[in-house]
Amino acid sequence: MEIRVNESTCTGCSLCRGACLYDAIEIKDGKAVIGETCVFCGACVESCKFESIEIIGLDTEEKDFSGYRGVWVYLEAHGNELADVGLELLSEGRKLADKLKVPLSGIAIGSGIEENSRIAFQYGMDKLYLIDDPIFENNIDDIFSKALVQLISKYRPEIFLAGATSFGRTLAPKAAAILKTGLTADCTGLAIDDEKKILLQTRPTFGGNILATIITRNARPQMATVRPHVMEKIKTAVDPGNVQDKIIKIKIDPKKFKTIYKMLGTETEKGEKINITDYEVIVSGGRGLGGGEKFELLKELAGTLGGVVGASRAAVDSGWISYPHQVGQTGKTVNPKIYIACGISGAIQHLAGMQTSDIIIAINKDPNAPIFKVANYGIVGDLFEIIPMLVKRIKEGKPLV
Amino acid sequence: MKIAVCIKQVPGTTDIKIDPETNTLVRQGIENIINPFDTYAVEEGVRIKERLDADEGFSGESEIIAMTMGPPQAEEMLKEAVAAGVDRVVLLSDRAFAGADTWATSTTLAMAVDKLGDVKLVIFGKQTIDGDTGQVGPEFAQRMNIPFIGYVSEIMEISAKKIKAKRLAGDRYEIIEVRLPAAISVIKDINTPRVPSLRGKMRARSAEVPVWTASELGADKDEIGLSGSYTQVVKIFTPKTVHDVSMIEGTPEEQVEELFKNLKGLNIVS
Repeated sequence: MEIRVNESTCTGCSLCRGACLYDAIEIKDGKAVIGETCVFCGACVESCKFESIEIIGLDTEEKDFSGYRGVWVYLEAHGNELADVGLELLSEGRKLADKLKVPLSGIAIGSGIEENSRIAFQYGMDKLYLIDDPIFENNIDDIFSKALVQLISKYRPEIFLAGATSFGRTLAPKAAAILKTGLTADCTGLAIDDEKKILLQTRPTFGGNILATIITRNARPQMATVRPHVMEKIKTAVDPGNVQDKIIKIKIDPKKFKTIYKMLGTETEKGEKINITDYEVIVSGGRGLGGGEKFELLKELAGTLGGVVGASRAAVDSGWISYPHQVGQTGKTVNPKIYIACGISGAIQHLAGMQTSDIIIAINKDPNAPIFKVANYGIVGDLFEIIPMLVKRIKEGKPLV
Repeated sequence: MKIAVCIKQVPGTTDIKIDPETNTLVRQGIENIINPFDTYAVEEGVRIKERLDADEGFSGESEIIAMTMGPPQAEEMLKEAVAAGVDRVVLLSDRAFAGADTWATSTTLAMAVDKLGDVKLVIFGKQTIDGDTGQVGPEFAQRMNIPFIGYVSEIMEISAKKIKAKRLAGDRYEIIEVRLPAAISVIKDINTPRVPSLRGKMRARSAEVPVWTASELGADKDEIGLSGSYTQVVKIFTPKTVHDVSMIEGTPEEQVEELFKNLKGLNIVS
């Protein structure tokens, strides 16, 4: 495989150089020269106004995938409750399935999950593939991926979607590796290519500063994990009627599902909500808080909004709050409906973890704090004054002015 | 015990800006660094070695090998890993590796680990800051057919036969034990990487960085690089999320009232 610049049409305009994420292009003697850091991402090919760059030697032979049909969504469960992300993906999967004119199915694997899995029929699901067995009591991913692979191999969907949760991001790669197919991590946009009828998987990369659209070129199913909260959960039927014959129950032989993992126990942080990516509202605190006890203030606000507390790296490194709360490059990437940044200046590493939030509200003393550049609403002020007042306003419901 | 640590060189900042006039990327003066999560992986490898060396119940030597797949200039990063305490390094570099997706990357790493021989533990960082996928670890482990524990925040026990680790799993921590060989990925919580010692820096200066190419790995061209990838980037663009910040002015009371109204408009409060 090779990337070539057509020297007779290249004008040395350096548009490709600007488009390269990997600093691989130099302009020498008025022509673009592509160096060895090139990863064949194709950004330069697209940027070139003169169609002077092409990637050649890639096997583009089209395989016949007509044996693969349907859109599948993995319904992640916590205990016997379905996680929201599965329902969000059903709503998105419905659009994809309609465009392809194929059925939309949910896959539920767990212990005692049959009843709650039926809820998914209210979100546009046509069929449910269900494996309900006590061996799936704990979320031990190896037996889940094994069960999933068996279902996919047997029923051959063309598209498989799972939530980009910590469980989904371990389960899906394992399944993809066994199935020998592609997997695109952490997508925020999905669409069907009108002409080729393939899945266009768009995901943020480089800390959310770049979006890349990815295809699964020569294998099926086309697998993707999708960020929670990105897709909208849409109820399509209050009462889906009799769904009994739409449930395909699969019996498995528990002897063939012996895990190689020994789960010795679990620990939770006392009274702390640490899975911050699960929440629609995050109230985050940074250096401006000045101390760990000040997080109580944020907890109170988060509590009134049904949200959770996040933190900048500075706050975590100061020992004010535990690491699972950290948002940013070396913490978690979150995209809640509302992100309230309190006393966070907005270092680029923090922005990388939260700039895709729907609405960002920033409260900071410094009017020049970079956080205001990504915020929708900004308040220059003292958070120790603003936040208690806001909590009071919400709780008491009396206008302040 | 042989322990491999898989690391990656990434741009030192993801602050890649768009020139509004030419609509192209500006990445001036960006230095390449070791992926931040990988610094914890390297440190943990070194700590395991120290731990096993001090463990009277454990006989035999331990060796930590840092490995990366990347362009020739990744050599610098590998030398930093030597300074941080790893025993030796390997650079997997070949034009044929370019364009690899997570699957082709895990294939290449698996071949290299096979070539190292008798590796008992492979440590990854949780994810890279440029690709952000976190997929290479689990795909690698599946390919090697060994267990994988992701998001590890503490290695509680390790012996010649097994590893017991605590991992962050959503809203809780799970304590998991598996037999070796195994692979893990680590999060920032696991340690605080040490500052390289003077001796480490000296070692790094004279460290050899052997380069393994595709043919040395016995890799078939169809298994590696873009040819061996199941996924392919077809478009790269910048998000159109130019926020128009609306600054809420006035007295603190006025600011809070206005903010409250906005929250109400968003159906967050009633």
